[in-house]
Amino acid sequence: MIEVLYFAWVRERVGVPRERLETQAATVADLITELAAKEERYAWAFADLTSLRVALDQDLSSFDAPLAGVREVAFFPPMTGG
Amino acid sequence: MRLSVQAEPFDLGAESNAFAAGLQGAGAVVTFTGLVRDNGGALAAMEIEHYPGMTEKAIAAMMDQAAVRWKLADALVIHRYGRLAGDEAIMMVATAAAHRAEAFAAAEFLMDYLKSRAPFWKKELGVDGEAWVAAKEADEAALGRW
Repeated sequence: MIEVLYFAWVRERVGVPRERLETQAATVADLITELAAKEERYAWAFADLTSLRVALDQDLSSFDAPLAGVREVAFFPPMTGG
Repeated sequence: MRLSVQAEPFDLGAESNAFAAGLQGAGAVVTFTGLVRDNGGALAAMEIEHYPGMTEKAIAAMMDQAAVRWKLADALVIHRYGRLAGDEAIMMVATAAAHRAEAFAAAEFLMDYLKSRAPFWKKELGVDGEAWVAAKEADEAALGRW
């Protein structure tokens, strides 16, 4: 089981702020492919990966990163702090 | 060093005074404050979302890096989340160092990193609707100078 979090417009598109998922995905990219194939709302959220960022266990990561041992995955748009 | 991620407003004067009091070996204090631009009355409010846990972790790492690089005597970051009205203070950074060049550089470094590497997302609630603030390429490019 993996905890998946969504923020900002990714959260709005997916429709929930977080969920626990059962997945066999080996990488972040595999997880995205799996989700996008599942339902239209995910396909919409993950339509443009250039405008998405991912964090694994609260550290910024990349789409080709492996998910082995990861407890928390977060998807969000580029950050706008400050 | 102190970091506060909070919904409540903060008192810029009180925070600045408290920061500047009791510093050891510092000759320079720089403070920066970010405000909500009201876009000439077109903005009703700003909603700031963040990622509890990662926010603190990411900012603490930036502060540690700045402290070592510019030999800071102290540093402070306050960043708010939730709903803010126009002209309200969103965040502040304060840095203290032996000389002003280090204090200014550390403050700019922290600002550049807070913009693009701290997990906050701003949504503008305007009189004509709402929109997420898009990240600017210039903000990402600004990281390159460090």
